[in-house]
Amino acid sequence: MTPDLGDLYQEVILDHNRQPRNFGALPGANRRAEGFNPLCGDRVTVQLEMQDGVVQDIRFQGSGCAISKASASMMTESLKGRTREHAEEMFREFHRLLTGVAGAPDAAALGKLVVFGGVREFPVRVKCATLAWHTLRSALENAPDIATTE
Amino acid sequence: MTAPADLRASTPRGGAVARGAKTAFDVKSVRGDFPILHQAVFGRPLVYLDNAATAQKPRAVIDALTGYYARDNANIHRGLHQLSERATAAYEETRSKVRRFLNAALDREIVFVRGTTEAINLVAQSYGRTHLGPGDEVLITTMEHHSNIVPWQILCGEKGARLRVAPIGDDGELLLDEFEALLGPRTRLLSVVHVSNALGTINPVKRLVEMAHRRNIPVLLDGAQAAPHLKVDVRDLDCDFYALSGHKLFGPTGIGVLYGRERLLEAMPPWQGGGDMIASVSFEKTTYNRLPYRFEAGTPHIAGVIGLGAALDYLESIDRDGCIAHEDDVLAYATRTIAALPRVRLVGTARRKTGILSFVVDGVHPHDIGTILDRQGIAIRAGHHCTQPLMDRFGVPATARASFALYNTREEVDALAAGVRRVLEVFRA
Ligand SMILES: Cc1ncc(COP(=O)(O)O)c(C=O)c1O
Repeated sequence: MTPDLGDLYQEVILDHNRQPRNFGALPGANRRAEGFNPLCGDRVTVQLEMQDGVVQDIRFQGSGCAISKASASMMTESLKGRTREHAEEMFREFHRLLTGVAGAPDAAALGKLVVFGGVREFPVRVKCATLAWHTLRSALENAPDIATTE
Repeated sequence: MTAPADLRASTPRGGAVARGAKTAFDVKSVRGDFPILHQAVFGRPLVYLDNAATAQKPRAVIDALTGYYARDNANIHRGLHQLSERATAAYEETRSKVRRFLNAALDREIVFVRGTTEAINLVAQSYGRTHLGPGDEVLITTMEHHSNIVPWQILCGEKGARLRVAPIGDDGELLLDEFEALLGPRTRLLSVVHVSNALGTINPVKRLVEMAHRRNIPVLLDGAQAAPHLKVDVRDLDCDFYALSGHKLFGPTGIGVLYGRERLLEAMPPWQGGGDMIASVSFEKTTYNRLPYRFEAGTPHIAGVIGLGAALDYLESIDRDGCIAHEDDVLAYATRTIAALPRVRLVGTARRKTGILSFVVDGVHPHDIGTILDRQGIAIRAGHHCTQPLMDRFGVPATARASFALYNTREEVDALAAGVRRVLEVFRA
């Protein structure tokens, strides 16, 4: 495998693509948002069960490429039990990781999500990785609109 | 099921055309005419298989553009000076070239527009608005490009008219009985794609036109993907409108053609107002210019038209019979080669196809296929190809699409196959 493709399609990402975690409808959800990437037509729905500002449970549904699916899957894993503030902080760091904008990301805060660092070398794929996060943000805000990556 | 006459009408270009003194089609020499092909991408030779999105330009087209700007640039139809005369002549000569390319009867049936999209919008806004009322219908098919869907939705919304959609089979062929049944007493226009950009299907358009005309329904054909591969003869097809894009035909972007039957164009109101489209203007009354200028308001894309003329000259200069045989061979080879790969499924297996191979790989999203191929220097398109309803019909969110032009080769198909094998490797599929 050429090194750069390997950077993008890391084993962990392929694994989450094959077997996404927390995939499906969340019956007890009290927040929900849909995300849409107009460039490629990918769609994702994120559902949350929030209690006292803490993510009790989170699930996603939708179709998309390996990057967007793995990103959604790993996002749900890393957010369970976290506060809303924490989730927003993670999105900021994640965005930094993918774009290099506003300085180096805080690797400790990102945890496993650092595997998405390779996406930076594939600028057209950045939006695939951030779709689920944009959708999460609008679910947290309970914005009725469809979140887009634009 | 396909009548012989119909086969002739939209056979890959060839037939009698190549009888002149042209040298036999030689893909190597043709590749030499396209400077962009000779480059490396990510350290590999570029394999350009995104021709349905836009085709590359031969040197002759690039030279015509720079030559025009370097020597002849002036506005047309209004200068008394030498440069304007030259620019006007080159512009109008291209109109005649387009007329010959489409075998239309009259130069004034050729309207220059921005592209296929604008051509369809022109017909919708001008012809459509004057001929549709509440309860009337426009018929399209499941395999239309968004540009042959949305203009009709806008029109139907405005007029209280109804958009009907003719279904297709699993192979990507129109279901002709269902199609015919949808041509009803309220159908005011049939608008159908000649060659599908997502499937490669060549529709039996001559037959469709016959069916529609039997009921006095005019027909628009979207020729964006047909013009680069087939010999198009609008009089033989007997269609009323034909739309194409210059940039898919080895010409510049931003220029296209609407062919319209004189009788229909003559009765159509202008759709954009401005300079060039008028005969005289006073604040009380404006008289519109004659055809085709009535539909060419404002300063047009003069350089684009001249570049398109150079592209048509280029196509004229090559042996079309040989070219078509070559294109058919490459597509047939690609179909066999790609279909034989594990976990690959072709989308669009009509009996008559040209230029396009759409496929999906089990367990791998088309965008990932696109990225992995790109890193091997292979350019394809991955997505819905502006045909979302068609993707829904096939139950896929997207496909990977390799689309071929006259300069592609079997070796490039081999590179594509190796690339797809790499995709399977990366995904351990
Ligand atoms: C079948 C078909 N129709 C219409 C169009 C629109 O052409 P353009 O974008 O050049 O106006 C395309 C191009 O993608 C096409 O393939």
